[in-house]
Amino acid sequence: MKIVVCIKQVPVTGAEKRYTDDLRLDRAGAEAIINPLDEYAIEQALRLVDSGAADSVTYLSMGPEQAAEALRRALAMGGDDAVLITDPALAGADEWATALVLAAALDKLAPDVALMGMASDDARGSLVPGAVAAKRGLPLLSYGAELTLAEGAARIRRLSATGFDWIEAPLPVVATVTDQVGEPRYASLKGIMAAKRKTLESWSLADLGIDPASLRGAALTRVTDSRPPEQKPPTERIENMAAAEAATRIADWLAARKLI
Amino acid sequence: MTYLLTRDHDELRALVRELAEEKIAPRAAQIDQSAEFPWDLKELLAQQDLLGTCFPEQHGGTALDTISQSILVEELARADATTSLIPIVQKLGALPILIAGTDEQKARYSPRLASGEWLVAFALTEAAAGSDVASNRMSAVRDGDDYVLNGSKRFITHGSVANLLTVFALTDPAAGGRKGMSAFVVETDTPGFAAPRVEHKMGIRGSPTAELTFDDVRVPAANRLGNEGEGFKIAMATLDRSRLSIAAQAVGIAQGATDAALAYTAERRQFGERVVDFQGVQWMLADMASQTEAARQLTYAAAARVDAGASDMPYWTSSAKLVAGDIAMRVTTDAVQLLGGYGYISEYPVERMMRDAKITQLYEGTQQIQRMIIARQLLERAGVQKRPPHAGSTNARQ
Repeated sequence: MKIVVCIKQVPVTGAEKRYTDDLRLDRAGAEAIINPLDEYAIEQALRLVDSGAADSVTYLSMGPEQAAEALRRALAMGGDDAVLITDPALAGADEWATALVLAAALDKLAPDVALMGMASDDARGSLVPGAVAAKRGLPLLSYGAELTLAEGAARIRRLSATGFDWIEAPLPVVATVTDQVGEPRYASLKGIMAAKRKTLESWSLADLGIDPASLRGAALTRVTDSRPPEQKPPTERIENMAAAEAATRIADWLAARKLI
Repeated sequence: MTYLLTRDHDELRALVRELAEEKIAPRAAQIDQSAEFPWDLKELLAQQDLLGTCFPEQHGGTALDTISQSILVEELARADATTSLIPIVQKLGALPILIAGTDEQKARYSPRLASGEWLVAFALTEAAAGSDVASNRMSAVRDGDDYVLNGSKRFITHGSVANLLTVFALTDPAAGGRKGMSAFVVETDTPGFAAPRVEHKMGIRGSPTAELTFDDVRVPAANRLGNEGEGFKIAMATLDRSRLSIAAQAVGIAQGATDAALAYTAERRQFGERVVDFQGVQWMLADMASQTEAARQLTYAAAARVDAGASDMPYWTSSAKLVAGDIAMRVTTDAVQLLGGYGYISEYPVERMMRDAKITQLYEGTQQIQRMIIARQLLERAGVQKRPPHAGSTNARQ
């Protein structure tokens, strides 16, 4: 039973994001981490290995060369090997191009389960897992609070409005999990030391047999604007006064806005 | 001799810092107040392979260099000095085995110590023999294939929680502590051993400091480390290395206090300004940061000499411990000053750090003992003749 966990390297959560002139995220010099939501997918995969339900975990990422650091970090948590798809033609890839490329890599790796986080911390499109499943013609088990494997099938438990749903599909599948999976483990010291000896391959588009021209500039969509949310006016505080006076002030405030 | 920090060192620091900030710092105040040994954090450190850094890989350790071991202790102590003592004492207790043990003895004990399954403590000090190690009284009498140990030890860090002890006892009382002491490995479930009392302390309160009693404790002769009479030598060789852990601990405490003071003064407003904007405050912070850095670099320089097996290693480890301990005390005192009244109450961590810092000037050789060691090597280097010991003196060391 082979699992491939797809991970994305993203800027540190909450860090100030800089953009290039064409509104792509400027990754140069930015401190980068494994997308925190992908860490739950890693944890889920490693738990399946710990329990004997899965045999191996491979990490797959698409990104610039520095994304190898995220793969090394994942390997320090556990797992067997990693593949980085990196190619100059992939700069600025949108969800469509990303899904095409990941699908081609997954065809080559042929896992029983391609496991992903529920969203990326930077782009938040949440489209790639579904697009990969569609491209590969495989079932998608999305938003699992837990993933289990048994008798040629994968099953997720998904939080619903009223409780949990259990959804099952025959292998192979594409699946995504949420932060309900449980706290991702810390890399141990021996894990970090062992990760240096694990195989990390680098694949180009040519290795996947993809013609860069077919990717149409790696994006069907483009970002047209990006700005932080507008600042709210400062909160007016009515405090430290007698209740009657406070009530009058609140009523005046509401009346001034024609709310009462 | 030069040293450079490598990418491996940076990775280790990042690993330990994340763990310390997320899992250890939030526990520190509670550990201090309850004065309970943090078993949960011992388990955490064991799981992350952080208790085996001084053991060879063949026995389940990670055999990190001494700078890495210093970084580990430093980053733990930055969050909580008590927790940093777990790897410190694991190394201190194990060093006699690693220095003087046979291959069989190392293989017998190292795996359980490296994994953190067992804790080990170093039992040298006695009530009447602190700095003056040579006046130890505890006895070990050969009886067939065993030794029978009798006596007591005091101020033994982790003595009440350890599974294993390295114990120093006189096999030849007539020869005195310097020539007649031997080292033993004692498993704490051996009949006759007890840890009847732990001290109430000013700092490092979650780390139990125990009184140990040995009442006809039978230890197989196979548990003796080195030859009879080599105990003093083994103890001194151990302390020459282990005191560097205390330097690293002091650096970590100082860094933690500096970070806390900076964070507080950047938030706190008085007279309409942030406290950190007052030049007098900035000067204090600058002194704290630069002194801490100086202590850190001296610690790493000493660590490089430990790994190189330099003949003047004790000069360096004692210098690092002396300087770092004093700086930790000064920096934590200044941190309390910068927090004002808030620094004096347990709502903020700096008063704990100030109490914790004091011990780094006391244990594994007081600052005065460090000066004796430094001066002795200084005089040797300069070719100054040693003064002959005067009659009846017991305090001339080594």
